Amino acid sequence: MGEDEGPVLQDLLHEQSIKVVHRCSNWEEVVKIAGEMLLREGAVEEQYITAMTQVIKEHGPYVVITPGIALVHARPEDGVQEVCMSLLVCREGVSFGNTEKDPVHLIFAFGAVDDNQHLKALSQLMTLLNDEACIHKLRSSSSVAEVLAVLRECVN
Amino acid sequence: MKIVTVCGMGFGTSLMVKMTIDDILNEVGFNAEVEASDIGSITGRVADLFVTSTEMQNQFSGIESDVIFLKNMTDKQEIREKLLTYLNHKAKR
Repeated sequence: MGEDEGPVLQDLLHEQSIKVVHRCSNWEEVVKIAGEMLLREGAVEEQYITAMTQVIKEHGPYVVITPGIALVHARPEDGVQEVCMSLLVCREGVSFGNTEKDPVHLIFAFGAVDDNQHLKALSQLMTLLNDEACIHKLRSSSSVAEVLAVLRECVN
Repeated sequence: MKIVTVCGMGFGTSLMVKMTIDDILNEVGFNAEVEASDIGSITGRVADLFVTSTEMQNQFSGIESDVIFLKNMTDKQEIREKLLTYLNHKAKR
Protein backbone atom coordinates (compact mmCIF):
# COMPACT_ATOMS: atom_id res chain seq x y z
CA MET A 1 0.00 0.00 0.00
CA GLY A 2 1.05 3.59 -0.55
CA GLU A 3 1.52 4.54 3.07
CA ASP A 4 4.90 6.04 2.32
CA GLU A 5 3.48 8.44 -0.21
CA GLY A 6 2.16 11.88 0.46
CA PRO A 7 3.12 14.58 2.92
CA VAL A 8 4.20 13.88 6.49
CA LEU A 9 2.30 15.39 9.40
CA GLN A 10 4.75 18.23 9.84
CA ASP A 11 4.46 19.27 6.21
CA LEU A 12 0.79 19.86 6.95
CA LEU A 13 0.86 21.23 10.50
CA HIS A 14 2.91 24.42 10.58
CA GLU A 15 2.68 27.98 11.84
CA GLN A 16 -0.17 28.92 9.50
CA SER A 17 -2.25 25.82 10.08
CA ILE A 18 -2.19 25.79 13.89
CA LYS A 19 -4.14 28.07 16.18
CA VAL A 20 -4.54 28.26 19.94
CA VAL A 21 -7.66 29.94 21.33
CA HIS A 22 -8.77 30.30 24.90
CA ARG A 23 -12.51 29.97 24.52
CA CYS A 24 -14.75 28.66 21.74
CA SER A 25 -18.49 29.27 21.82
CA ASN A 26 -19.67 26.15 19.96
CA TRP A 27 -18.56 23.40 17.59
CA GLU A 28 -19.75 25.30 14.51
CA GLU A 29 -17.33 28.10 15.33
CA VAL A 30 -14.53 25.63 15.93
CA VAL A 31 -15.04 23.92 12.57
CA LYS A 32 -15.11 27.33 10.88
CA ILE A 33 -11.83 28.46 12.46
CA ALA A 34 -10.12 25.15 11.62
CA GLY A 35 -11.54 25.26 8.08
CA GLU A 36 -10.52 28.87 7.48
CA MET A 37 -6.89 27.99 8.07
CA LEU A 38 -7.14 25.47 5.21
CA LEU A 39 -8.98 28.01 3.07
CA ARG A 40 -6.31 30.68 3.61
CA GLU A 41 -3.67 28.22 2.42
CA GLY A 42 -5.66 27.72 -0.76
CA ALA A 43 -5.89 24.03 0.05
CA VAL A 44 -9.69 23.94 0.09
CA GLU A 45 -12.52 25.96 -1.37
CA GLU A 46 -14.95 27.83 0.83
CA GLN A 47 -17.68 25.21 0.32
CA TYR A 48 -15.47 22.66 2.09
CA ILE A 49 -16.09 24.38 5.43
CA THR A 50 -19.85 24.13 4.90
CA ALA A 51 -19.42 20.49 3.90
CA MET A 52 -17.49 19.67 7.09
CA THR A 53 -20.25 21.30 9.16
CA GLN A 54 -22.89 19.37 7.23
CA VAL A 55 -21.11 16.06 7.85
CA ILE A 56 -21.28 16.63 11.60
CA LYS A 57 -24.95 17.56 11.41
CA GLU A 58 -25.66 14.40 9.40
CA HIS A 59 -23.47 11.87 11.14
CA GLY A 60 -23.53 13.28 14.64
CA PRO A 61 -20.82 13.63 17.22
CA TYR A 62 -18.85 10.53 16.22
CA VAL A 63 -16.23 12.98 14.90
CA VAL A 64 -15.06 13.06 18.50
CA ILE A 65 -12.89 10.03 17.89
CA THR A 66 -11.38 9.75 21.34
CA PRO A 67 -12.08 11.73 24.53
CA GLY A 68 -11.25 15.40 23.99
CA ILE A 69 -10.22 15.07 20.34
CA ALA A 70 -12.23 15.65 17.17
CA LEU A 71 -11.25 14.79 13.61
CA VAL A 72 -13.33 16.77 11.14
CA HIS A 73 -13.34 16.50 7.38
CA ALA A 74 -15.56 16.14 4.33
CA ARG A 75 -15.00 14.41 0.99
CA PRO A 76 -12.36 15.15 -1.66
CA GLU A 77 -15.11 16.21 -4.08
CA ASP A 78 -16.36 18.83 -1.59
CA GLY A 79 -13.61 21.18 -2.75
CA VAL A 80 -10.15 19.95 -1.76
CA GLN A 81 -7.23 21.25 -3.86
CA GLU A 82 -4.45 19.48 -2.01
CA VAL A 83 -3.88 17.29 1.04
CA CYS A 84 -4.10 19.56 4.06
CA MET A 85 -4.58 19.58 7.81
CA SER A 86 -5.09 22.16 10.53
CA LEU A 87 -5.06 21.96 14.30
CA LEU A 88 -7.08 24.13 16.64
CA VAL A 89 -6.36 23.99 20.35
CA CYS A 90 -9.32 25.17 22.36
CA ARG A 91 -8.05 25.68 25.89
CA GLU A 92 -11.40 25.69 27.66
CA GLY A 93 -12.87 22.90 25.57
CA VAL A 94 -16.01 22.86 23.47
CA SER A 95 -18.98 20.51 23.26
CA PHE A 96 -19.66 18.50 20.12
CA GLY A 97 -22.70 16.87 21.70
CA ASN A 98 -20.84 13.67 22.51
CA THR A 99 -21.75 12.91 26.12
CA GLU A 100 -18.91 10.44 26.64
CA LYS A 101 -16.07 12.26 24.90
CA ASP A 102 -16.77 15.98 25.39
CA PRO A 103 -15.33 18.50 26.06
CA VAL A 104 -13.11 18.66 23.00
CA HIS A 105 -9.77 20.45 23.31
CA LEU A 106 -7.99 19.41 20.13
CA ILE A 107 -9.64 19.74 16.73
CA PHE A 108 -7.87 18.32 13.69
CA ALA A 109 -9.43 19.28 10.35
CA PHE A 110 -8.18 17.76 7.15
CA GLY A 111 -8.79 17.53 3.46
CA ALA A 112 -8.02 14.45 1.38
CA VAL A 113 -7.68 14.32 -2.41
CA ASP A 114 -8.06 10.54 -2.63
CA ASP A 115 -7.85 7.61 -0.26
CA ASN A 116 -4.10 7.39 -0.45
CA GLN A 117 -2.10 10.61 -0.33
CA HIS A 118 -2.99 11.52 3.26
CA LEU A 119 -2.20 8.06 4.65
CA LYS A 120 1.28 8.85 5.88
CA ALA A 121 0.03 11.87 7.84
CA LEU A 122 -2.97 9.93 9.21
CA SER A 123 -0.72 7.13 10.35
CA GLN A 124 1.52 9.62 12.19
CA LEU A 125 -1.57 11.24 13.71
CA MET A 126 -2.77 7.85 14.92
CA THR A 127 0.54 7.28 16.67
CA LEU A 128 0.42 10.77 18.19
CA LEU A 129 -3.12 10.20 19.49
CA ASN A 130 -1.91 7.09 21.31
CA ASP A 131 0.78 9.01 23.16
CA GLU A 132 -0.93 10.30 26.31
CA ALA A 133 1.93 12.50 27.44
CA CYS A 134 2.13 14.25 24.07
CA ILE A 135 -1.63 14.75 23.91
CA HIS A 136 -1.57 16.26 27.38
CA LYS A 137 1.19 18.64 26.29
CA LEU A 138 -0.72 19.62 23.15
CA ARG A 139 -3.88 20.31 25.15
CA SER A 140 -2.05 22.53 27.59
CA SER A 141 -0.10 24.49 24.97
CA SER A 142 -0.77 28.20 25.15
CA SER A 143 0.86 29.29 21.90
CA VAL A 144 1.44 28.07 18.36
CA ALA A 145 5.17 27.95 19.13
CA GLU A 146 4.48 25.58 22.01
CA VAL A 147 2.32 23.35 19.82
CA LEU A 148 5.07 23.24 17.20
CA ALA A 149 7.62 22.32 19.85
CA VAL A 150 5.42 19.44 21.07
CA LEU A 151 4.99 18.23 17.49
CA ARG A 152 8.74 18.36 16.92
CA GLU A 153 9.27 16.33 20.07
CA CYS A 154 6.45 13.82 19.54
CA VAL A 155 6.16 13.22 15.80
CA ASN A 156 8.86 11.45 13.90
CA MET B 1 -10.64 -13.35 5.58
CA LYS B 2 -11.96 -9.96 4.61
CA ILE B 3 -12.12 -7.16 7.17
CA VAL B 4 -13.83 -3.83 6.48
CA THR B 5 -13.27 -0.84 8.77
CA VAL B 6 -16.09 1.67 8.78
CA CYS B 7 -16.45 5.36 9.64
CA GLY B 8 -18.74 8.12 8.42
CA MET B 9 -16.97 8.78 5.14
CA GLY B 10 -14.27 6.18 4.76
CA PHE B 11 -11.48 8.76 4.51
CA GLY B 12 -10.34 9.37 8.06
CA THR B 13 -10.85 7.20 11.09
CA SER B 14 -11.58 4.04 9.14
CA LEU B 15 -8.23 4.41 7.35
CA MET B 16 -6.44 4.91 10.67
CA VAL B 17 -8.09 1.73 12.01
CA LYS B 18 -7.25 -0.11 8.78
CA MET B 19 -3.56 0.80 9.03
CA THR B 20 -3.49 -0.27 12.68
CA ILE B 21 -5.12 -3.61 11.84
CA ASP B 22 -2.68 -4.12 8.94
CA ASP B 23 0.21 -3.64 11.37
CA ILE B 24 -1.24 -6.04 13.95
CA LEU B 25 -1.98 -8.75 11.34
CA ASN B 26 1.49 -8.32 9.91
CA GLU B 27 3.02 -8.71 13.32
CA VAL B 28 1.08 -11.86 14.25
CA GLY B 29 1.39 -13.28 10.74
CA PHE B 30 -2.29 -13.47 9.95
CA ASN B 31 -3.38 -13.04 6.38
CA ALA B 32 -6.46 -10.92 5.69
CA GLU B 33 -7.63 -8.31 3.27
CA VAL B 34 -8.43 -5.05 5.06
CA GLU B 35 -10.41 -2.24 3.47
CA ALA B 36 -11.85 1.05 4.70
CA SER B 37 -15.42 2.02 3.92
CA ASP B 38 -17.99 4.72 4.61
CA ILE B 39 -21.09 3.86 6.59
CA GLY B 40 -23.31 4.61 3.58
CA SER B 41 -21.95 1.71 1.54
CA ILE B 42 -21.90 -1.15 4.05
CA THR B 43 -25.26 -2.60 3.07
CA GLY B 44 -24.59 -5.38 0.61
CA ARG B 45 -20.86 -5.17 1.21
CA VAL B 46 -19.28 -8.59 1.65
CA ALA B 47 -17.03 -8.92 4.67
CA ASP B 48 -16.29 -11.53 7.31
CA LEU B 49 -15.73 -8.84 9.87
CA PHE B 50 -16.63 -5.17 10.21
CA VAL B 51 -14.73 -2.95 12.63
CA THR B 52 -16.42 0.30 13.57
CA SER B 53 -17.34 2.68 16.37
CA THR B 54 -19.93 1.93 19.08
CA GLU B 55 -21.63 5.11 17.92
CA MET B 56 -22.48 3.37 14.64
CA GLN B 57 -24.13 0.44 16.40
CA ASN B 58 -27.69 1.22 15.24
CA GLN B 59 -26.63 1.20 11.62
CA PHE B 60 -25.32 -2.36 11.93
CA SER B 61 -28.56 -3.88 13.22
CA GLY B 62 -29.33 -5.68 9.95
CA ILE B 63 -25.77 -6.82 9.26
CA GLU B 64 -25.15 -10.55 9.53
CA SER B 65 -21.34 -10.50 9.44
CA ASP B 66 -19.35 -10.30 12.67
CA VAL B 67 -18.82 -6.77 13.96
CA ILE B 68 -16.29 -5.38 16.42
CA PHE B 69 -17.46 -2.15 18.01
CA LEU B 70 -14.72 0.16 19.30
CA LYS B 71 -15.26 2.69 22.05
CA ASN B 72 -12.27 4.68 20.81
CA MET B 73 -11.49 4.30 17.14
CA THR B 74 -7.96 5.59 17.65
CA ASP B 75 -7.04 3.46 20.66
CA LYS B 76 -4.46 1.02 19.30
CA GLN B 77 -4.64 -1.04 22.49
CA GLU B 78 -8.40 -1.48 22.24
CA ILE B 79 -8.15 -2.41 18.55
CA ARG B 80 -5.43 -4.95 19.30
CA GLU B 81 -7.24 -6.58 22.22
CA LYS B 82 -10.59 -6.86 20.49
CA LEU B 83 -9.13 -8.02 17.18
CA LEU B 84 -6.88 -10.69 18.71
CA THR B 85 -9.69 -11.93 20.98
CA TYR B 86 -11.90 -12.22 17.91
CA LEU B 87 -9.29 -14.06 15.84
CA ASN B 88 -8.50 -16.48 18.69
CA HIS B 89 -12.15 -17.19 19.20
CA LYS B 90 -12.66 -17.66 15.48
CA ALA B 91 -9.74 -20.11 15.30
CA LYS B 92 -11.28 -22.28 18.02
CA ARG B 93 -14.69 -22.49 16.40
